[in-house]
Amino acid sequence: MERTTLDLWVGMFVVAGIGALVVLAMKVGNLSTYNVSDTYQLQAYFSNIGGLKPKASIKSAGVLVGRVTEINLDTERYEARVVMSIDKRYQFPRDTFANILTSGLLGEQYIGLSPGGDSEMLKGGEVIKKTQSAVVLEDLIGKFLYNKAEGSK
Amino acid sequence: MAIVSSLRGIGSRVVNGVWRIGYATRFFLMTLLYSGASFRRFHLTVKEMFSSGVMSLIIILVAGMFVGMVLGLQGYETLKRYGSESALGTLVALSLVRELGPVLAALLFASRAGSAMTAEIGLMKATEQISAMEMMAVNPIARVIAPRFWGGVISLPLLTAMFSSLGVFGGYVVGVVLIGVDEGSFWSQMQAAVDFQHDVLNGVIKSFVFGVAVTVIALFEGYDAPPTAEGVSGATTRTVVQSSLAILILDFILTAFMFRGD
Repeated sequence: MERTTLDLWVGMFVVAGIGALVVLAMKVGNLSTYNVSDTYQLQAYFSNIGGLKPKASIKSAGVLVGRVTEINLDTERYEARVVMSIDKRYQFPRDTFANILTSGLLGEQYIGLSPGGDSEMLKGGEVIKKTQSAVVLEDLIGKFLYNKAEGSK
Repeated sequence: MAIVSSLRGIGSRVVNGVWRIGYATRFFLMTLLYSGASFRRFHLTVKEMFSSGVMSLIIILVAGMFVGMVLGLQGYETLKRYGSESALGTLVALSLVRELGPVLAALLFASRAGSAMTAEIGLMKATEQISAMEMMAVNPIARVIAPRFWGGVISLPLLTAMFSSLGVFGGYVVGVVLIGVDEGSFWSQMQAAVDFQHDVLNGVIKSFVFGVAVTVIALFEGYDAPPTAEGVSGATTRTVVQSSLAILILDFILTAFMFRGD
């Protein structure tokens, strides 16, 4: 069995196809930015998560530091429990504040971490105590209209 | 009497259809069972990859490029109204990777390579080459059908990946180079929105399923074609019609599984 020109064409075809797949993964998709390096888990309880979804980004000072891995309802306190996996390179003080924020007016929601001043750092599995729920636009508008009606009396 | 005969006609069509589905299923399972030879003698499969994959390259690449360019143009026109031209990259990439790439590449593949497969096998049957093989104790499924099946199934995902990436390039050419959308936000918003597992990998799975469907339909129609000139031409037409419908229906089912509202 010897090599033929046919093999060359098919080889080029396969290489081009796999190359296109790599382009899709790296240039179009997020495989190059999605770092599956070592992470540790943190938890936080929110009374309302708004439109937060698993895989939403976690940012501190605008830098991506992790992703939301799990969201469920804790039936003991009837609050949303959000599990986050944070890059091991980033440590946060114990009094870190977790806010659910929105990128832009109608953009997707993410968790913003604002570090406090504590000298002890959060360890894996620990709970972030200070949280602020998502701002629900409908509530905000409702409050605004209510205040407006009060004021005009 | 007219009612009875029309009822009889409907009944025989239904029975015939079910019969063909059963035969096609057995044909598919036999193809899988006798696939060993197409990997042991891989040059057979390589030859079929050449005729179905490499020969479809030009139509796939040109179509991908133009589909991406049209998406760039139309997407820009619509997004401009909401002042979010920077989301153009997201729109082009997501619609190509998730839907248009797999579906359009499979439709083109069905009409370019599927019809050729049906005609080839139908003619082999009409000229009694298949019976001759059986006479010589060569299993035609292992020698003729299985290499074509695997050639098509391997080729289509590769063609789809090329279609999608060239489409993204086409969108880039129109959006960034010609219209002047900001290049940085074009790529960064695209990369933020397209997930490798959720979007790219699901597109590959889709194109694999379409590849199986198109090649099985094409090969079965050829194998089952009446051995006449008319029979072969009818089988070729049926291949294109049925595989196009199968692609679109399967696409809906797969999309419902993969992207249900999260």
